[in-house]
Amino acid sequence: MSMNRKDIAALLDEPACAHNQKAKAGCSKPKPGATAGGCAFDGAQIALLPIADVAHIVHGSIACAGSSWDSRGTRSSGPTLFKIGMTTDLTEQDVIMGRGEKRLFHAIKQAIDSYRPAAVFVYNTCIPAMIGDDIEAVCKQAQARWGTPVVPVDAAGFYGTKNLGNRIAGEAMVKYVCGTREPDPVPAGIERPDFKVHDIALVGEYNIAGEQWHVLPLFDELGLRVLCTLSGDARFRDVQTMHRSQVNMMVCSKAMINVARKLEATYGTPWFEGSFYGVADVSQALRDFARIIADPDLTARTEAVITREEAAINARLEPWRARLKGKRVLLYTGGVKSWSIVSALQDLGMSVVATGTKKSTEEDKARIRALMGEDAVMIDDGNPRALIKIVHEQRVDCLIAGGRNLYTALKARIPFLDINQEREFGYEGYVGMLELAKQLCLTIESPIWEAVRRPAPWATGGSAARAAAESIIADAGAASAAEVARA
Amino acid sequence: MPETMKPEILKRSKALSVNPLKTSATLGAALAFLGFRRAIPMLHGSQGCTAFGKVFFVRHFREPIPIQSTAMEQVSAIMGANENVAEGLRVLCEKSQPDLIGLPTTGLAEAQGTDIHMAVREFRAKYPQHAAIPIVAVSTPDFTGCMESGFALAVRAIIDTLVPEAATAGTKPGRRRRQVNVLAGSALTPGDLEHLKELIASFGLRPVVLPDLSDSLDGHLPEEEFNPLTIGGALVNELATLGDAAATLVIGASMDAAADLLRERTGVPEHRFQHLMSLTAVDALMQTLIAISGNPVPERIERQRAQLQDAMLDCHFMLGLTRFAIAADADLLVGFSQFLTAVGAETVAAVAPATAPALDHVCCDRVAIGDLEDLESMAREREAEILIGSSHAVHTAQRLGIPLLRAGFPQYDRVGGYQRTWIGYQGARATLFDLANLLLTLERGEIHPYYSRLSPRPDEPRQHTH
Repeated sequence: MSMNRKDIAALLDEPACAHNQKAKAGCSKPKPGATAGGCAFDGAQIALLPIADVAHIVHGSIACAGSSWDSRGTRSSGPTLFKIGMTTDLTEQDVIMGRGEKRLFHAIKQAIDSYRPAAVFVYNTCIPAMIGDDIEAVCKQAQARWGTPVVPVDAAGFYGTKNLGNRIAGEAMVKYVCGTREPDPVPAGIERPDFKVHDIALVGEYNIAGEQWHVLPLFDELGLRVLCTLSGDARFRDVQTMHRSQVNMMVCSKAMINVARKLEATYGTPWFEGSFYGVADVSQALRDFARIIADPDLTARTEAVITREEAAINARLEPWRARLKGKRVLLYTGGVKSWSIVSALQDLGMSVVATGTKKSTEEDKARIRALMGEDAVMIDDGNPRALIKIVHEQRVDCLIAGGRNLYTALKARIPFLDINQEREFGYEGYVGMLELAKQLCLTIESPIWEAVRRPAPWATGGSAARAAAESIIADAGAASAAEVARA
Repeated sequence: MPETMKPEILKRSKALSVNPLKTSATLGAALAFLGFRRAIPMLHGSQGCTAFGKVFFVRHFREPIPIQSTAMEQVSAIMGANENVAEGLRVLCEKSQPDLIGLPTTGLAEAQGTDIHMAVREFRAKYPQHAAIPIVAVSTPDFTGCMESGFALAVRAIIDTLVPEAATAGTKPGRRRRQVNVLAGSALTPGDLEHLKELIASFGLRPVVLPDLSDSLDGHLPEEEFNPLTIGGALVNELATLGDAAATLVIGASMDAAADLLRERTGVPEHRFQHLMSLTAVDALMQTLIAISGNPVPERIERQRAQLQDAMLDCHFMLGLTRFAIAADADLLVGFSQFLTAVGAETVAAVAPATAPALDHVCCDRVAIGDLEDLESMAREREAEILIGSSHAVHTAQRLGIPLLRAGFPQYDRVGGYQRTWIGYQGARATLFDLANLLLTLERGEIHPYYSRLSPRPDEPRQHTH
């Protein structure tokens, strides 16, 4: 194992993370027989895979890549190389004979020859980590031999949790990629005396379903050039220039907080945490950029854009708000989304009756209390049975959670909205709120719920069901009689 | 069964697997355990192995999937993880008292040198209060084999652990004269198994299917809102009765080793089928069922046979000489290639993720052990017109510009792939229709306009040419 305990402990001990304030030493150890959630490799791959022009090679036996490739909803506006699954698919002979390194070396060459990638990222996994493959050395040698950047991402599954993997991935970017290239000049004819272009970067934004493209036009209009998004719709050359950003935004995720902090420590780049979900949060994010950059022209333009956009979206959301008003939602997501989505739902006039806080920090919880009041129900234990119980007790109209809970919810006949990274719809930005509202109405108002809850007419207890059906018919009859009477 | 010449098997020749076709043996084993009622597989490895596997199955079946992990981490990866196994088993036993715990190993555990059976013995010694809960351990590192072989190894391990010797248990072949055991390979979907059970029952026989995915992962809405274990499947306590059955049907050559062991243990006569996807193959099944039951083929099924024959007539216009590319585990590859050959189509590109003896029966001149990139280049070079593969082959088909029929694992971009019935006269007919319809969308054979150089009409717009 090339990454030693000290390195891992250093990554877990993240000074900027609020989890670290309690004596919790970052993330807790998984419990045999009672665990859910991915490993460090999963986290590392998820964090970097959206970099579209990179060949992402998983060094290991088949399970790691085989069960996970081609499963993320992130989108690219150009290259699709990241969608090509690549793995060294180690065999028993490779393991026994110690041929993993050699296979990796040739695999890197094959990837370069076949696909001409901007760079190759090599993800370590459990078996090579344990049998002692030195992937850092192989990457170094391959880069020297073929002249294409080859970056080791040493996040084998057993090192720890998905969150740790996110950090290892971020660490690899800062260590090997950031600062290796200067940004291109701003194209001629754009800057004017009253319109200066400022460079920014977004950290922890993954362009799920292309939702980033709801926000980018606003940045263009304001003269904020996104040097790099880590990592949604990014290119390798973007990541190389990230050190020149004037402000970094940590988007809805503490997972790569170490990147923001290290860039601050090394290059003095200020950063803030924000969200693009919900009208209020989008406006806040734009204001935060203007505040930190402190260019009076930018500030004035920002306020004008916010006024215009809020008026436009509020008008378009009006009919949806009428349909969603007062509907009760249970939100069960990780960390920061526990509050950023709350404000988006409240924007729509919905009532968030409970929120999951298993992965939330104390700071996140404080924000939840500010948004939902002191009696906010916070769910620490996310086992499905408990979730279903709360749904019934709180008369919840819709459960909003990650895809892995989807079919659990449907079995319990509960309307559901998928909020995690596998989803197919983008909710970011002012316009994203329309999609969110539409998807919520689509499930909450569906006629199937009544149908799936109705017992078969011939089933035991069928007489009760029949009686209920008859009373409905009777009601309908009475209603039409009343109409006749009115006429 | 049409036996052509043995294909040449092309061994893996690349360092990098590009767009992998292979699903791990570990997940294959987990799937087999999911075919038992009140069961749960617990993968012995790091938690990611299980998390990925869970998502993989959840997306394919669109069902909650009970699956757990021994959650190996840094210390146990190096120092030994038998305690994780014992602890995980204890937690599962105490929490849900399952009828069966499957314990497949992952590559990590095997590379570490885990003796999984010893780990189970340690658990048994430490927690005698859970002695009644069956635990089946099986060695399925992902660096060997593929989904199909892992599935088969798990079935064999289940038989090895839970089916008693006829002599000691006092079972006697034919004592339950209506019972027919079915060893079903991983190529069979829940939809296939459901249809197979109906076919067997229509002869007055009682099928006992192992594993029975059609009862656990058929996508039904149960009364209970949440289940920590499988909500259906073969009954574990019925394993003790296999020795009393009149016969055993074995579907898929991958089940051979499991079938050998079952016969050795019980002496029950068996009938082996490579697949049940073609007219010939289903005819053979019918004759077997007549022999076992002494009953005639029900009229309804005779009608289905005639319907399939009619469909073969209708579809041979589209399918005849059509060039197919197929990527699948061995049994499914054998089934499709034989089915296609029987209707006049050709398999020009065939790729399997891992080697298997059954590949000798693929109707194609060569079979590559490889990935979807291999399939893509083979299909391009040999001008395949249509592709059969999992959802992972969508992009392959797009790049090749040819249609795709989804089959195998995983299928995540469509609903109901798991419930698709490929077998029996009915299943074969549906496959024929679907393939023919896909080919009809290609507008093959359309004649494009020709523009004469000698008598040009420059004032007329040109239609697109190919």
